[in-house]
Amino acid sequence: MAPELQSSQPWVEKYRPKQVKDVAHQDEVVRVLTNTLETSNCPHMLFYGPPGTGKTTTALAIAHQLFGPELYKSRVLELNASDDRGINVVRTKIKDFAAVAVRSGQHGGAYPCPPYKIIILDEADSMTEDAQNALRRTMESYSKITRFFFLCNYISRIIEPLASRCAKFRFKPLSGEIVSNRILHICNEEGLSLDAEALSTLSSISQGDLRRAITYLQGAARLFGSTILSKDLLSVSGVIPQEFVDALYAACKSGDFDLANKEVNNVIAEGYPVSQMLVQLFDVVVEADDVSDEQKARICKSLAAADKCLVDGADEYLQLLDVASNTMQALCNMPQEFSYES
Amino acid sequence: MLWVDKYRPKTLDQVMVHEDIAQNLKKLVTEQDCPHLLFYGPSGSGKKTLIMALLRQIFGSSAEKVKVENRTWKIYAGSRTIELELTTLSSTNHIELSPSDVGFQDRYVVQEIIKDMAKSRPIDIKGRKGYKVLVLNEVDKLSREAQYSLRRTMEKYSASCRLILCCNSSSKVTEAIRSRCLNVRINSPSEEQIVKVLEFIGKKEGLQLPPGFAARIAEKSNRSLRRAILSFETCRVQQYPFTSNQAIPPMDWEEYVSEIASDIMREQSPKKLFQIRGKLYELLINCIPPEIILKRLLYELLKKLDEELKHEVSHWAAYYEHRMRLGQKAIFHLEAFVAKFMSIYKAFLIETFG
Ligand SMILES: Nc1ncnc2c1ncn2[C@@H]1O[C@H](COP(=O)(O)OP(=O)(O)O)[C@@H](O)[C@H]1O
Ligand SMILES: Nc1ncnc2c1ncn2[C@@H]1O[C@H](COP(=O)(O)OP(=O)(O)O)[C@@H](O)[C@H]1O
Ligand SMILES: [Mg+2]
Ligand SMILES: [Mg+2]
Repeated sequence: MAPELQSSQPWVEKYRPKQVKDVAHQDEVVRVLTNTLETSNCPHMLFYGPPGTGKTTTALAIAHQLFGPELYKSRVLELNASDDRGINVVRTKIKDFAAVAVRSGQHGGAYPCPPYKIIILDEADSMTEDAQNALRRTMESYSKITRFFFLCNYISRIIEPLASRCAKFRFKPLSGEIVSNRILHICNEEGLSLDAEALSTLSSISQGDLRRAITYLQGAARLFGSTILSKDLLSVSGVIPQEFVDALYAACKSGDFDLANKEVNNVIAEGYPVSQMLVQLFDVVVEADDVSDEQKARICKSLAAADKCLVDGADEYLQLLDVASNTMQALCNMPQEFSYES
Repeated sequence: MLWVDKYRPKTLDQVMVHEDIAQNLKKLVTEQDCPHLLFYGPSGSGKKTLIMALLRQIFGSSAEKVKVENRTWKIYAGSRTIELELTTLSSTNHIELSPSDVGFQDRYVVQEIIKDMAKSRPIDIKGRKGYKVLVLNEVDKLSREAQYSLRRTMEKYSASCRLILCCNSSSKVTEAIRSRCLNVRINSPSEEQIVKVLEFIGKKEGLQLPPGFAARIAEKSNRSLRRAILSFETCRVQQYPFTSNQAIPPMDWEEYVSEIASDIMREQSPKKLFQIRGKLYELLINCIPPEIILKRLLYELLKKLDEELKHEVSHWAAYYEHRMRLGQKAIFHLEAFVAKFMSIYKAFLIETFG
């Protein structure tokens, strides 16, 4: 976080808000934390929500604003999934940190410096249940002198006894307007020009994830120069050009297995992520007027099955071929004589 | 030196395919604030070549002075100590490794080794702080845990360290990592592009190529440049001067799979299944990855089948490959696929011919 390095950091870091008030779109948490800055009162916190919505940013900002650069190291412990957070670490590292008493009367100049320490557990949903259980007691024993911040994508992965001790805040996906505003701000600072079409493309492909939006923007700016078009953004985002999706869909419609197989091979050779192809194929199928609900249902079932298999690490070619084959059978009303249950 | 290495372009200006990407990469690293990169695309498409040329672009020729080391790390994981062995390739400014090599303990590589490397910051002669580059291969093979562990490291140490990630299948890289990188897709070269490279190598080696010869090699390469160059060199070793009808030798293991496919089509019986099991073992022992065997077998079978069976057979191939991923013993699932195929095919034969 040292300022001298900022210029050499990727834009996602460079434009990470340093103050709680600059966190956009998460009004509730900003209000509570602004209050904290005035009164120094702070409950344990649980931030949850999709990636790129400001969870880490908010936690780091409040910690910095409370303690300032000098005391930060001694008062704030940040642990994330890149640290080993097995039970033992939770027992020792956190205890060691929490147990050293806060010296009263320490002043951080202009900073509030409340008499407690902050422990930020980023990406807390990747901690095992055992480790979370081990935390319960630590939280209790040091409750007077520590505040915990749990940050995660899925609140359901945080065990109830921990979650119930925290004030919970859901971080909403950022609205198109907010994303656009942040992006325009960065464009301004970096001297980029982005027309209305490009801007709307960017907010739609980033789906409320500002980190993605900024990464795409920087990629496009570096690759294609300071005037950025909609197609530049599409090309860095990994969205598959519509003609590939249409070609595969047409092949499925044709009823010719070998043709569909050829298109599948082509998608793989072009290196397009199959998970992305499934998303785009889904859009085509759902929007098609000449496909019955029953056919759509058959296809969607197959897309869902393949998506799950890909998450399990299954082969991209085989999964896409299976989807293409099922889609073809549905579109051409081929009976599925054989049962797919083994 | 093999031709694949000998004719690997060294700089971004020398590449013969992906020229546009190479020029873009050059622009990308002119500023100090280059984001993390994720290169993805089929094997043999030219990812490694671009990464090496990119390192050279950033660090100059010092990036080529690499040393290969087998290093051992002792990691204290709570109550026990784990020893991890990894091969690293490093120059003054970069380190390359494949964390998935250590198997299920890969998260320790990310949590301990990579984080350590990412933290320390190189300082150049003029005292400026630069950044170093960590090249991680096969990130699609990293466990979920390891991928999660990488997330915050990518943000936290981004001032001192850039990651270049490389993989075949970007669907297997979590969204969290993909959204922290600039994604660079490297597609397989077209057959025409492959021909161009082969002709270039032919010229450098002073070889006479009969018309259509390079095109035939390209056609058989499955759009893998590496494979095309390797079989070109094999042809050169087998017979020179080339003749226009000279056979392009298939890979041994592919021939072997093709035989297995013919066997299955000829006879469907427990005895045959037993024999085929032995052959599948043979392939596995020779380090042919099981999913590659399964895909090749499917390819051979599809060539021989009636339209209506193709759907069913490709479904089961996908089904058993998925099971194989979840299980531990590949041979079971390969064999199950063969057995399933035999039963489908036999039923089909009985229905059709009585
Ligand atoms: N609400 C927000 N307001 C302003 N910037 C944001 C917001 N959310 C995300 N960002 C931007 O996206 C980047 C990633 O945000 P971060 O807080 O790390 O997300 P996460 O919710 O995944 O922890 C930040 O560097 C910042 O530039
Ligand atoms: N851009 C290129 N121009 C010319 N030859 C290339 C290019 N990229 C790759 N090659 C050749 O193809 C071979 C395989 O490429 P490689 O980069 O190792 O593929 P990957 O890493 O995608 O598997 C290299 O050894 C090199 O000889
Ligand atoms: Mg975060
Ligand atoms: Mg490679």
